[in-house]
Amino acid sequence: MTNAMTEEPLERRAVISGIGQSEVGRRLLRTGLDLTIEAVERAVADAGLTLDEIDGVSTYPGTGGPFGGASGADLHDALRLRLGWRDGGLETAGQLGAVHKAVLAVAAGLARHVVVFRTVVEGSGNVLRPGGAGAGGALPAQMRYLIPFGAGSAANWIACYAQRHMHEFGTTREQLGAIAINGRRFAAMNPKAIYTEPMTMDDYLGVRMISDPFCLYDCDAPCDGSTAVIVSHRGHEPSAPHGVAHVNAMGTALRGRPSWDQFDDLTTMAMRDSAASLWERTDLGPADVDVAQLYDGFSWLTMAWIEALGFCGRGEGGPFVEGGERIGLGGTLPLNTWGGQLSSGRLHGFGFLHEAVLQLRGEGGARQVGGAEVAVVAAGGGPEVGCLLLTRGIR
Amino acid sequence: MPARFVTPDQSDEFFWRSGADGLLRFLACASCGRIHHPPVPRCPYCGSRDVAPRPVSGRATIATYTVNRQPFMPGFEPPYVIAIVEIDEDPTVRLMTNIVGCEIDDVHIGMAVDVTFEESGEWFVPLFTPRLTPRLTPRRQPPAS
Repeated sequence: MTNAMTEEPLERRAVISGIGQSEVGRRLLRTGLDLTIEAVERAVADAGLTLDEIDGVSTYPGTGGPFGGASGADLHDALRLRLGWRDGGLETAGQLGAVHKAVLAVAAGLARHVVVFRTVVEGSGNVLRPGGAGAGGALPAQMRYLIPFGAGSAANWIACYAQRHMHEFGTTREQLGAIAINGRRFAAMNPKAIYTEPMTMDDYLGVRMISDPFCLYDCDAPCDGSTAVIVSHRGHEPSAPHGVAHVNAMGTALRGRPSWDQFDDLTTMAMRDSAASLWERTDLGPADVDVAQLYDGFSWLTMAWIEALGFCGRGEGGPFVEGGERIGLGGTLPLNTWGGQLSSGRLHGFGFLHEAVLQLRGEGGARQVGGAEVAVVAAGGGPEVGCLLLTRGIR
Repeated sequence: MPARFVTPDQSDEFFWRSGADGLLRFLACASCGRIHHPPVPRCPYCGSRDVAPRPVSGRATIATYTVNRQPFMPGFEPPYVIAIVEIDEDPTVRLMTNIVGCEIDDVHIGMAVDVTFEESGEWFVPLFTPRLTPRLTPRRQPPAS
């Protein structure tokens, strides 16, 4: 903790008291609200609460965001909730910004039990949404200088960073492949995973390219599903049937330009500052982390988070993951133990959060990391990132 | 030629019209002299409101690139090169763009490129092409005298 911080960080007042996840699949043909209610009911029960006790709702991104889903208002109304606080939006520290805000609301006493959710109906999106995905409309400012050049996918933008990382540090495709293969290995232990058949390095190197240096297996799998967590005041801990995950620190900083193409360093992204701000708020450090859940919307993003969080030096992410031993179940930093989005589906950050809590509770089953006390969760890429440090007890 | 989806507003119409005379322009500050991008009404460096479009040389360097091989967007036939280039006058000013007029395999980080414009409706979309550098040394050494 920095000297400037004389009081306990406010986030220590909050815990994650419950988790819930809907059915997850490639093409469920269920509405976002339907999946959301399923996840929320499971999370509320898991926290030992009833819907009457939920007095806050927070979601990312809320109305109009990418990949479909349900809004906070949709859930609010469907469950006839009586709320002290509600929030949703895209302009935050990535997907986990919804958790950050819920934590602050709880710490400030605006609500005692906030349901935080992210729902995606990307697999079924073109069927459920009239006009299909991305139909019509003017471009948001951030996209105006990308779309005219056929750079329509985040794969293109992030591939540019990966390519620069390779150029400066000698990172290889095999090293990116180690992240994909690691995820696939864990996915085999996750009943909800999308892809579970074993993947070899030859499989990885042989599949078609999407946007150099990314092949198909560097890109995550669109899916349908909803994940919810309950952020409660820590006073609820004795009543939480499955125990809680304590919020030790939040990484919220966005110090560089909020841009895919104008960010100052093309070998890292906003995670550089997000991670730094996380460690500024705690006495714990990278060496204390037992399990890491680091966003893999594209494989290289995980590598960028590994470097940003200080698990290795800048530019050393490739050698760090190479071979996969270090990031496997018996390694020093078991990584993306639910399979990650590459193999278990684009639950848009919240799959990582769900897994971190599961691991801290010791409920990971075959994929449980022994003695997991400290978990880091990071989500997002480009200018939209955030992270969390969760602990089993108070640290 | 793909239909390029250009959607300017008052702030950046000049940018997308600039190529009509073959020149690339950025907003430049009359007070501190720096150019910036995307255009905003107040100089991000010194705070002056005295900003106006100013032509640059059109010379740039490829900072990074990707070869897109997936048909993500209607009208854009893969493969094609998406690059981020740094403008010579101020390398912190970058453009995402396409590299045209060369083989895909010839594109590399650090490559010197020049702007070229593609007309798309009423707009001029800045693309970049490898610079044809004049040969600095004679092809053969002159005979020793």
